[in-house]
Amino acid sequence: MTPEVALPILIPLMAGAVSLVFWRSRLMQRLVAVGGSAGLLVTGLWLLASVSHEGIMVVQVGGWAAPFGISLVADLLGAIMVVLTGIIGFAVAIYSLATAGRGHEAHGYFPLMHLLLAGVAGAFLTGDIFNLYVWFEVMLVASFALLILGGEKAQMEGAIKYVALNLLSSVIFLVAVGLLYGMVGTLNMADIARRLAMVEEQAMVDALAMMFMVAFGIKAAAFPLFFWLPASYHTPPVAVSALFAGLLTKVGVYALFRVFTLIFHHSPGYTHEILLWGAGLTMLSGVLGAAAQFEFRRILSFHIVSQIGYMILGLALFTPLAVVGGVFYIIHHIIVKTNLFLVSGIVHRLRGSYRLERLGGFYRSHPWLAVLFLIPALSLAGIPPLSGFFAKFIVIRAGIEAEAYGVTAIALLVGLLTLYSMIKIWAEVFWKSLPPEGDVDPFPEVRQREMWLMAAPVAGLALCTLLIGLYPGPLHALAEASADQLLDPQGYIRAVLGEQGEGVPW
Amino acid sequence: MEPLMAITIGTLFAAALYMMLRRSIVKLVIGLMLLSNAANLLIFATAGMTRGAPPLVPEGLTAPAGVVADPLPQALVLTAIVIAFGVLSFAVVLVRRAWEVVRADDMDRMKDTDT
Repeated sequence: MTPEVALPILIPLMAGAVSLVFWRSRLMQRLVAVGGSAGLLVTGLWLLASVSHEGIMVVQVGGWAAPFGISLVADLLGAIMVVLTGIIGFAVAIYSLATAGRGHEAHGYFPLMHLLLAGVAGAFLTGDIFNLYVWFEVMLVASFALLILGGEKAQMEGAIKYVALNLLSSVIFLVAVGLLYGMVGTLNMADIARRLAMVEEQAMVDALAMMFMVAFGIKAAAFPLFFWLPASYHTPPVAVSALFAGLLTKVGVYALFRVFTLIFHHSPGYTHEILLWGAGLTMLSGVLGAAAQFEFRRILSFHIVSQIGYMILGLALFTPLAVVGGVFYIIHHIIVKTNLFLVSGIVHRLRGSYRLERLGGFYRSHPWLAVLFLIPALSLAGIPPLSGFFAKFIVIRAGIEAEAYGVTAIALLVGLLTLYSMIKIWAEVFWKSLPPEGDVDPFPEVRQREMWLMAAPVAGLALCTLLIGLYPGPLHALAEASADQLLDPQGYIRAVLGEQGEGVPW
Repeated sequence: MEPLMAITIGTLFAAALYMMLRRSIVKLVIGLMLLSNAANLLIFATAGMTRGAPPLVPEGLTAPAGVVADPLPQALVLTAIVIAFGVLSFAVVLVRRAWEVVRADDMDRMKDTDT
C-alpha cells in the first residue's frame, strides 16, 4: 500500500468536511485550516521523497486494474506540484487568519479553500483524463465561490467573465475527452498514449490536440485566451488572489505539460510550433499589459500572463533542457507570484489602497516590508542570484540551443520589461514620499499579532526564493529528473499498465 | 440516426455560441446551458448509435453476448450532467446577484474591471 499517493487529495477533502461540520466555530475552522494545509504539505513532501526513491507510483483506486478503473499516478512533476500546493496552501492559510475577516469566514471561506486545494491536488495526481476533468470542475466551483465572497460590484463583474470563459474551456475539454474516447475507447491517460500511437488518422489526432490546447490554454491564461484573468484576479480578497495566482493557472500549465508530453507528442512539428508562437505572444502581451497599469494587483495579474509564456515556451521547444527549464520555472513562479500578492495585501492593509498614486513612503516606514517585496520582485524579473535568474537562464539557453531566436529575443525583452514594472512598483509604493494627507484613504490600525501573521508567510516564501537562488543544485537535479520522466512516456505507460500491458490492445 | 444527431449537436453548439456572444448576461447563461447540453449529446453520440442492445450480462456468462452498447459514455454524460447542473445553478445565482449590484443586463455596462 502506498497511502501517500492518495493522502494529498484526501486530507484537504477531509479538512473541508471537518470545517463544514464546525460551521459556527471560528476557532475550529481556523485550526483546521492551518492543520489541514500543513498536513497537505507534509504528505506532499512524503510523496516527493517516495517518488524520487522508487520512481513513478501508481494507486489503482478501488482495486480495479489499470485501464478499467481510475488510476492515481504520481510522477516527479506531479509530486513537485503537490508539494508546491502544500506550501502555497499553508502560507495562504496562515495569512488568511489575519486578513479573511469575520464576514468571509462566516460564509465558508476556509471550507472552500480546502476544496480548492483538494481539486488542485487531485488534478496533479490523477492518471485518468475524465477524472482530470472532474478535478478541474471541483477546483473551478470552489474558485467561483471564493471569487465572489463579499459580493462587491467589481467582484461580480470580474466573476461573470471568469465563470463564462472557464465554463467554455471546460466544455471544450469535455468534448475533446468525448471525441478521444470515441477514437481510442479508453480514458486512462497511459492507455490513451499507447493506443493513440496506433491510430492512423493523424489529422483527427491533431484536431484533438488543438482542442486540448485551447481548453488548457484558457485555464492557463495563454495568448489570446487570457482576458478573463486580468479582469477578475484583482477583485477578490487578497488571500484569494494570492491562492489563485499561485495555483489555478499553473494547473492549466501542468495539464498542457502532461497532455503534450504523454499523449500528443507524435507530431510536435505542428502542435509545438503553435505552442511556441502562443508562448511568445503570451509573454509579450502580458508584460505590455502590465506596463500600462497603475494598480498593484492589476500589474501583478498581467505578470502572471507573461510568466505563463515562459513555462509554455519550455514545453514548446520540447528539448530536454527546455522541459527542465519549464518545470523549474513553474516551481519558481508559484512561490514568487503568491508572495508578491501577499505583499500587496500587506500594503493594502496598511494604507487601504492598491492604487500606486495613493501609496508611498513604505521604505521609510516599513523597511523590512521593502526588503520582502524586493526579493520576489527582483526574482520575478530574473536578477541573479535569485530563483528567477536560473529559471529564465535555463529556458533562454534552451531557446538559443534550439535556434528559436525570435522567441528567445522576446523572452529576453520581456525580462527587461518585467524589471521595469517591478521598479515602477518599487518607486511608487516604497521609494516616493507619502502623498499629502487628503489623497490617502483612511486606514485602520494594524495590531501587532495580525502583522506577524501576515509577515510570516511572506518571509517564509521569500526565504524559499532565496534558497532556490543560492542553492539551485538540488532543485535543478529534481527538475532534470522530472523532465526525463516527462520525455519518456513509455516509463509512465509501463508504470501504470504494467509490463504485460505493452503492445496489443486487449 | 447519425446525420440527425450530428445536425442536432451542430445546431446546439451554434445556438449556444451565438447566445454567448450577445451582450445580455441572461442570454450568456442560456448559452452556457445549451453548450453543456450540446457537449453531453456529443459524448453520447461518440459511443456509436446502437439500438436495443443494453450491455447486460446474461445469467451464467461472464461477458455480454453479441454486440452491445458501450455503457461508459453514458456514465460520463451522467457525471457531466450533474457537474453542469451544479455549475449552471451557480451561474444563474451569479447573474442575479450581478444584476442586483450593477442594475444592468448588459456586458457593456460591466467594464469597470477590464483593462
